[in-house]
Amino acid sequence: MPSISNTRRRSVLPGFGPTLGFTLAYLGAIVLLPLSAAFLQAAGMTWASFFSTVVSPRVLAAYRLSFGASFAAAAVNMICGLLVAWVLTRYSFPGRRFVDALVDLPFALPTAVAGIALTSLYAPNGWLGQWFVPWGIKVAFTRLGVFVALTFIGLPFVVRTLQPVLQELQPEVEESAASLGANRWQTFRRVLLPELAPSLLTGFALAFARALGEYGSVVFISGNMPMRTEIVPLLIITKLEQYDYRGATAIAVVMLVVSFALLLVINLLQKWSRRFQAV
Amino acid sequence: MEPAVPGRLIPSAMAAFSRTLASTAPAAPRAARDPRWVRWALTAGALVFLGLFLALPLAAVFAEALRRGLAAYAEAIASSDALAAIRLTLLTAAIVVPANTVFGTAAAWAIAKFPFRGKSLLITLIDLPFAVSPVISGLVYVLVFGADGWFGSWLIDHNTPIVFAVPGIVLATTFVTFPFVARELIPLMQTQGNDEELAAVTLGAGGWQTFWRVTLPNIKWGLLYGVILCNARAMGEFGAVSVVSGHIRGETNTMPLHVEILYNEYNFVGAFAVASLLALLALVTLTLKTLVEWRHSGQAGQS
Repeated sequence: MPSISNTRRRSVLPGFGPTLGFTLAYLGAIVLLPLSAAFLQAAGMTWASFFSTVVSPRVLAAYRLSFGASFAAAAVNMICGLLVAWVLTRYSFPGRRFVDALVDLPFALPTAVAGIALTSLYAPNGWLGQWFVPWGIKVAFTRLGVFVALTFIGLPFVVRTLQPVLQELQPEVEESAASLGANRWQTFRRVLLPELAPSLLTGFALAFARALGEYGSVVFISGNMPMRTEIVPLLIITKLEQYDYRGATAIAVVMLVVSFALLLVINLLQKWSRRFQAV
Repeated sequence: MEPAVPGRLIPSAMAAFSRTLASTAPAAPRAARDPRWVRWALTAGALVFLGLFLALPLAAVFAEALRRGLAAYAEAIASSDALAAIRLTLLTAAIVVPANTVFGTAAAWAIAKFPFRGKSLLITLIDLPFAVSPVISGLVYVLVFGADGWFGSWLIDHNTPIVFAVPGIVLATTFVTFPFVARELIPLMQTQGNDEELAAVTLGAGGWQTFWRVTLPNIKWGLLYGVILCNARAMGEFGAVSVVSGHIRGETNTMPLHVEILYNEYNFVGAFAVASLLALLALVTLTLKTLVEWRHSGQAGQS
């Protein structure tokens, strides 16, 4: 009876057509159609006007700040995130589960709330800001403030990508390194770190991508001075408020292309780390 | 079997967490254990970092909100503009969360239960909103529905404003929270496979019956988890909503936007009072999320 293999392939479960149809329609209406509007609007611009918008001095200054501060924040998160993930998976101490749950706070706390809280903390008269005053360091309303806000919102990414990987490391590997004469630091540098590298990079890329687009937590602490503390998303809003829709869209398209490229990189990184884990 | 899910932005948070819980007592063999001073130093370093970057900002919200005492706090929250903002935030979440839940469930059913071409592309597209800056998420709706947009003149003729009005806020929020439920359910349903559903259908159950009686009980914790995260983001979204809202007090101001307005007017107690409600929402979200994770890992441990 050849029909058996046929029925197998044509799954007996119902609902494929309606659910896939609804998924595609909803995806198209909510996500793809609006996103394509940005690209079509930008395509309506002449190449020269598009180009002069996206490389004007003020926009270039915003790219520099957005990319620089996001990179620095993601780098700090990579190191501190490794530390936090290590401590949370390897050591036990009172309140460990509570601390573990708190790591997701930047995901759960609305960005505007984070923004005003960080600003009040790091203002010259704030709980933390006052300690920087004697050293002549200003945090709030400077680029350093942008970095602080981006560090906050990127914090969970490295921790949450590393935790499951650290959990699944085989203790035998570390034991054999030790029995071959390696000390703890050598074991970490030569044995553990190479295995953690793909997930560290994935976490870094995720934090970096998130920081690039971040708006809410940054606008309050940055002071928003053109050429100095203006991030790219803020520049888009400024252009919109001046009814310069084309200018706003041109910058948005540049950032969308960067975001999609990052998404691709993250996908490749994850494939790479999965292969690592499979070995 | 580890489900291969290309296109995942981050591995399902819950899956990661249940694995963390699986070995609650970290008992490493002697050779793989760090000296005591290293353990203490690293733990202290991690706690100081988390204290500075997580605990202090959270504490600052409540301290600033209560700076002028409870009466000023209560007054700030009970103001009519604040109440209108709370109502709008609740309304938005009440529309967006169910819509994205239905979508997430339908998408997960199609993707997890049936083979078809282009599946990994579809999963990547569903995750796309996470890669887009919130500001750009708002901007694209202005381009479609704004006065100069595709449907702009038609909407003006029919007197149905979308952008700078409540529908725009709802749409932008839907975009931003689009992937939450789907991304939790897809990997979960893929690991669970089709066996139980096939058995139900073979025994004569209809499609809905199979879903309600067989699938839903299996995925309820993952579904709840996605709904909690979706709701938190829907109520707290700032950037996207800021672009499409008209910033009209009492009308198109959500809670995060109201925080911004009060803050820019130097009404810090008012701003932090409303912010403290959102911070409470975040704490409730984290608590529920943790409880669901514990429940879920307990269930997974039994089966």
